[in-house]
Amino acid sequence: MAAKAFDEMNSGTSGPGGTDSVRAPYRGVANWLARTSPERVAATRHEVDLFYRRHGITFGAYGAVDGHEATIPFDIIPRVMAWDEWEYLSKGLVQRVQALNAFLSDAYGAREICRAGVVPESQILMNGEFAAMAQGLALPGGVHAHIAGIDLVRVGEKDFYVLEDNVRTPSGVSYVLENREVMMRLAPELFSAMRVLPVANYSDELLATLRSVSFSDDAEPNVVLLTPGHFNSAYFEHAFLADEMGIELCEGADLFVDEGRVYMRTPRGPQRVDVIYRRVDDAFLDPLAMRPDSFLGVAGLLGALRAGRVNIVNALGNGVADDKSTYTYVPEMIRFYLGEEPILSNVPTWRCDQPDEFKYVLEHLAELVVKEVHGSGGKGMLVGPTSSKAEIEAFADFVRARPDNYIAQPTLALSTCPTFVGQGVAPRHVDLRPFVLSGRKVTIIPGGLTRVALKEGSLVVNSSQGGGTKDTWVLAPENPPHSNGEVPAQRAEGS
Amino acid sequence: MLSSTAKNLYWMGRYLQRAKSTARLIEATQRMALQSRGEEAAGVAAIFGMEDEFRQTQQQDGRLASLIDFLVLDEGNPSSIVSSIAAARSNAREERNNITVDVWESLNALWLELSSRLRADRATLDRGALIESVKKQAVMIFGAAQVTLLRDEAYHFLQLGAFLERADNTARIVDVKFHLLRPDGDPHADKTDYFAWSEVLACIGAVRTYRRIYRSALDPLKVAELMMLRRDVPRSVHHCLWMVDLNMRELADTYGTRGEADRMAGELHARMRYARVEKIFEIGLARFLGGVRDNISALSDEIGRQFLLD
Repeated sequence: MAAKAFDEMNSGTSGPGGTDSVRAPYRGVANWLARTSPERVAATRHEVDLFYRRHGITFGAYGAVDGHEATIPFDIIPRVMAWDEWEYLSKGLVQRVQALNAFLSDAYGAREICRAGVVPESQILMNGEFAAMAQGLALPGGVHAHIAGIDLVRVGEKDFYVLEDNVRTPSGVSYVLENREVMMRLAPELFSAMRVLPVANYSDELLATLRSVSFSDDAEPNVVLLTPGHFNSAYFEHAFLADEMGIELCEGADLFVDEGRVYMRTPRGPQRVDVIYRRVDDAFLDPLAMRPDSFLGVAGLLGALRAGRVNIVNALGNGVADDKSTYTYVPEMIRFYLGEEPILSNVPTWRCDQPDEFKYVLEHLAELVVKEVHGSGGKGMLVGPTSSKAEIEAFADFVRARPDNYIAQPTLALSTCPTFVGQGVAPRHVDLRPFVLSGRKVTIIPGGLTRVALKEGSLVVNSSQGGGTKDTWVLAPENPPHSNGEVPAQRAEGS
Repeated sequence: MLSSTAKNLYWMGRYLQRAKSTARLIEATQRMALQSRGEEAAGVAAIFGMEDEFRQTQQQDGRLASLIDFLVLDEGNPSSIVSSIAAARSNAREERNNITVDVWESLNALWLELSSRLRADRATLDRGALIESVKKQAVMIFGAAQVTLLRDEAYHFLQLGAFLERADNTARIVDVKFHLLRPDGDPHADKTDYFAWSEVLACIGAVRTYRRIYRSALDPLKVAELMMLRRDVPRSVHHCLWMVDLNMRELADTYGTRGEADRMAGELHARMRYARVEKIFEIGLARFLGGVRDNISALSDEIGRQFLLD
């Protein structure tokens, strides 16, 4: 399967001379690889490792055996996209996220889409992620998914698919920013040879997005980031983003609710909080409203939200929009809410709660990828073609026991990128998670997080399953629309 | 700034200073043991207020080497150098966004170095190099704080923690060492024990400072004066409590309010500023220092009440 995958560097069919197999966006990287000595490359990779360790950039997968700190592998060969490829993707991403936001507003509002017969009401109301507390809330700008991470895969020159939508608390953007810092430090010669669009403005855009959705009309609403604490695997990212935005990084104990308002504890006394960028899951947000055993949340927080005194980002109950069975309805949502044809395709998906689709899935397990509807992190899934008969049989029992908990998709030949492995460079499968910001407007920084499966042939890119990351480069257009050398605006106005 | 941030920075200052003081003290004690009698372990344990803990550990042979391992390497001893650095680093890690990259990187580098040294076999572990490294790098970390941190609340809490810890450490050293060397409390009795007094000064790195200030042979009375009362000696109790008072005033100016902790800091500073060494020995050194140390501890509690999450 790895043999027939589309390689983003070497699957070119025609260069200027007609025989070049290196695709145009990768020429600079290919040249760099060809003229850089293996010793220099080894030295650079060693420097990367030191850099990440010294900066304490860590990804502690839950359940790590010795302590909670390990670095996530970073591959120094960048993943490159031409401007027109990116332009196409970003249009599709904006469209998709706008539809998801419209769906969430509707799901917690009048549910027009159910009345129209497009999405069954049970898909929303029977969903374990449905948050009754969010019903009927009028959120600023009608935005629910303020930060969305949309996972994309590529299978051919022009074929991209959305693998899944992440609209709860998607993580990984800190690696986008840090990977770029590292690459600029370690391979400056590459940057001077190619025009790579910057990503460093993400934090400014994020803060602007968060401020734009405050209920209060203060010119500078007080925004804080709520983290579960430093034992969380993404803690580094929480601290990093709070730092970049210059806002307070809070744990539950730093906040309290008094008379329906949220305050933070400071040495000079309580200070009001307007917007909470929370990286704590719904169930732990408020021990009064949700799980009473949660120490991560703030008692009374959801009351303050319902009273319109504090906004919570991303909104409560977004899980109804990003599980793997709602996913199958997203193209219909785009048609229903926006009256447009979807730009980005879904992967064909069989839902095991549909009897005939269930039958097909059981008969074809060896060819399919089967996933839990609410699964994440590459766990609880079966990759048919790389599994043994016994593994397939065992998994079939899970599916028979709870068909509604599973969906299946064809095994996609994810594109590959050249990657450093062991002794040299070899193709490894990659995906892409761009981050879409929605406030009073929609913003995307060019690129996103490229995750790479470091094991040969593996299609599982999750960092908790041994995946690594790459810097993702979007090249500036060759003939910029602005002749003054300015980088074209990376912004699509929301409707 | 959050109260929890103030708390983390305060404790980061305390732990880092504790590791640094311990390193210096152990170095001085080892030299003292080489040059004189062999029963330093009990005295060192006393300085750390750990006679009981030390006796309870499996190392009951009373040897200095066992005690040093207890104070340097023992991860079960919350005040050991290794534990202190780990605690300081954990405080800093939670406040990555309130300290500079320079401070974080230097502290994290020290922690990484200690972790990798600890992975080595205990038999071949070079304790001397480890202690040296803690001393050197702690200076680098405080130096990084000095040159790179914004002079805001966070900085003052870090300083408060470091200077309160240092004041207490010096007061303890004077207290215990004088008790060991002059059990009768008379500072004039015997001036022959030159090496011992020089090593007492070495505990706070002030041997050359003594010569610069007094230009005379080592005199226990002057040693006590230097360590307690000289405002210009950066590790003296007076200097540290002066700095505590100064940082408290900066915070009071920032917040526009004063509380009981401000009063206590001012009182402690004044007590050191107007004390005379001869008078102290008249009252009794142990009694004087006992009072100062009680007040330092009460001030620390009151700071917790006034500003921090307790």
